[in-house]
Amino acid sequence: MTIVATDIVRIAVVDKARGYWTNVGRRLMRDPVSVLCAVVLILIALAAIFAPYLSLADPFLGSMIRRLRPIGTPGYPLGTDELGRDMLSRLVHGGRLSLLIGLLPVVTAFVIGTTLGVSAGYVGGFVNQTIMRTVDVFYAFPSVLLAIAISGALGAGITNSLVSLTIVFIPPIVRVAESVTTSVRGLDFVNAARASGAGPLTIMRVHVLGNVLGPIFVYSTSLISVCMILAAGLSFLGLGTKPPQPEWGLMLNTLRTAIYINPWVAALPGAMIFTVSICFNLLSDGMRSAMDVRS
Amino acid sequence: MSEADVLRQEVLAPVADVGGPQQPLLAVRGLSKHFAVGGGLFGRGGVVRAVDDVNFSVDKGEVLGIVGESGCGKSTTARLIIGLIAPDKGEITLDGEPVGPALTLRELRRRVQMVFQDSYASLNPRLTIEETIAFGPKVHGIAPAVARARAHELLRKVGLDPSLFADRYPHELSGGQRQRINIARALALAPRLVILDEAVSALDKSVEAQVLNLLLDLKEELGLTYVFISHDLNVVRFISDRVIVMYLGEVVESGPVEALWTDARHPYTRALLAAMPSLDADHRTQEAPISGDPPNPIDPPSGCRFHTRCAFAEPVCSAEAPRLMPTGNERHAAACHMVDPASGHSRAPVASPEIQHAI
Repeated sequence: MTIVATDIVRIAVVDKARGYWTNVGRRLMRDPVSVLCAVVLILIALAAIFAPYLSLADPFLGSMIRRLRPIGTPGYPLGTDELGRDMLSRLVHGGRLSLLIGLLPVVTAFVIGTTLGVSAGYVGGFVNQTIMRTVDVFYAFPSVLLAIAISGALGAGITNSLVSLTIVFIPPIVRVAESVTTSVRGLDFVNAARASGAGPLTIMRVHVLGNVLGPIFVYSTSLISVCMILAAGLSFLGLGTKPPQPEWGLMLNTLRTAIYINPWVAALPGAMIFTVSICFNLLSDGMRSAMDVRS
Repeated sequence: MSEADVLRQEVLAPVADVGGPQQPLLAVRGLSKHFAVGGGLFGRGGVVRAVDDVNFSVDKGEVLGIVGESGCGKSTTARLIIGLIAPDKGEITLDGEPVGPALTLRELRRRVQMVFQDSYASLNPRLTIEETIAFGPKVHGIAPAVARARAHELLRKVGLDPSLFADRYPHELSGGQRQRINIARALALAPRLVILDEAVSALDKSVEAQVLNLLLDLKEELGLTYVFISHDLNVVRFISDRVIVMYLGEVVESGPVEALWTDARHPYTRALLAAMPSLDADHRTQEAPISGDPPNPIDPPSGCRFHTRCAFAEPVCSAEAPRLMPTGNERHAAACHMVDPASGHSRAPVASPEIQHAI
C-alpha cells in the first residue's frame, strides 16, 4: 500500500515551471532603454575596477605648466584639472571611490530600511508605532545637516562618512517600505495566506515582499545620485574623501574655481555623476516594469 | 480506490469525523466582536458591535446561508470563525472540539477554509496559479513537488485544465476562472468546512450559476459543509438548507430555507423577502418594504435593534431586547416580540400561536 502510494506521487510530481527571475530577466532584455543603461553602467564599473591596468596617466601626477587644458589637447583627451592632472585618468580612477560611496550606503540602507519598513507595515500596532516614530525623529533634521552631524561626531574618514550616509538614507526608505506594505497587508490574498495557517515570516517572504520590492527599489536607486552629492559635500568639509584622492564629488568641488576658465572640463565629474544616476534610475524603472507580471 | 484517491491520502489525509452525524460540525456560542472606533488622544471613541452574542450551529453536510444587509456582521462572523480576527467573547467548536488548547488555530485553519468575494484581490498577482494553490500544502509540510501535483489535481476538480492554467497569472484569467482558483485553493488543505463569503456575488449571472453548480458537485464529491454568506436571496435559497438572517450584528431569525421563505416571522426577514426583485408582474414591489439605512452600529437602538424601522414597533420593542424564540416549527426561531407570547406586544400570540400575516 505504502509503495503504491509513493509510486503514484512520483509519477504525479510536476516539473517546476520557468522561475520568476528568469521571466524578469527575459522581459528586462526586451527593453532597449534598460539594456543601454545596463551596458553603460557595466562599462563604467569595469573601467573603475580595472583602472590600474588600463595604462592611463598617473592620476596624481600634476604639472603647473599644463593646468586646465581644454578637452582634446594632445596627450590629454579630456584635458587637465586645476593642478595639471590628467582628467581622463582621474575620472576613471575616481569611479572606484565614487561608485563605492554612491552605492554602498544606499544598498545597506535598502536592506535595513526594507526590513524595518516591511516589519512595521505588516505587524502594525505597537511595533509600527515604535519604528515609525523613531524614524520621524530623523526627519526633524535636513539630510545634509544630519550627514554632517553624524560624520562630525564619528570623525573624519571614508568609513565614517559611509556609515553616516547609510543612517541618513534609512528613514526615507523605511517610510516608503512601510506605506506600500500597509497597502498590501489588507488585501485578501494575505488573509487567505493567513487562513491557510502560514506564519508571518512565510507570508512576508512569499506574499508581501514580491509585491512591495518594486517601488522601494525604484525609490532607493533615485537616492544613489543624492548620495554621491552628499558624499561630495562631506568631502568638501574635510569629513569624507581627502585630496588628492580622485573622487567625482570632490573633483566637482575643487574644479568649481575653474568654472569660468574652462567650464567643459569643470563639468566632467558632474556629467559622470549625472550619467551614473540617470542610468540607475532608468534601469530600476525598467526593472520595476519587468517585475510586474502584468506587463 | 482510484489513483487520485491514493494521492489525496498521501498528500493530506482528510480529517476524520469524530462525533458522528448527529453532532454539529460547527457550533458557535455567544460570539461577540466589538471594534473600538474614533477616540483619539482627547476624543471619546465609540464601540461598533459588529457581532453581538451570535449563536448558531452547522450540521455535517449542510449548507448554512447567512443573509443580511451590508454591515450586518456577516463577513465579521466569517472572519471570526476562521480565526482571522480574535473574538472578544464566545466559543467556536468544531466537531466537538473547542478552539483553544484542544484545537489550535493552525489546525482549525486546516479544517476550515474560506473563499473571498473579490476574486482578484484574493490572489497574489505575482504568483502563478499553481504556486497559489500549492502554497497551503507547502506551509503544512508537504514536499513542493507533491504540493504542485495536488494543485494540478485540484485544478482538474474545479474544471480547469492544468496544462493551460497552472503557469498563468491571475490577471490573465476571467472572474469566473479566478473564483474557481480560489475554490481550488480553499480545498487544497482538504478542509471539512468551507466558508463562502459572497463568493459568487461579483460574478456574471451565467458564470455564477456554473460556479454554484461546481460548489454543489464538490460538496457531494468531497463531503463538504458550507457556510454560504450572501446578500442575494435567490442564490441563498438555491444553495442553502438552512438560513440565518442577521441585522446589526445579531441573529434575528433562523430556520430551514423553505420555512423562512413561506413563513417568515421577523418583520425584517419579511421586508428582505419583499424587497426581492421579481419577474412576475403580479408580484411587483410597489413601495420599499423598509426605508432608510440601518442605524449607526456605534450606538445601536435600545431593545429590539430593528424597532426604528419596524412597522409594528410598540413601547415594549424599544424597552426590551427580544430573544430567539422557537416559532413552533421545527428548528425555526425568530427574535421578535410578536413571536413571544409573554412579551406583551399587541400582536404577540396570546391564546393560540396563530400569527397574522399583516404585510
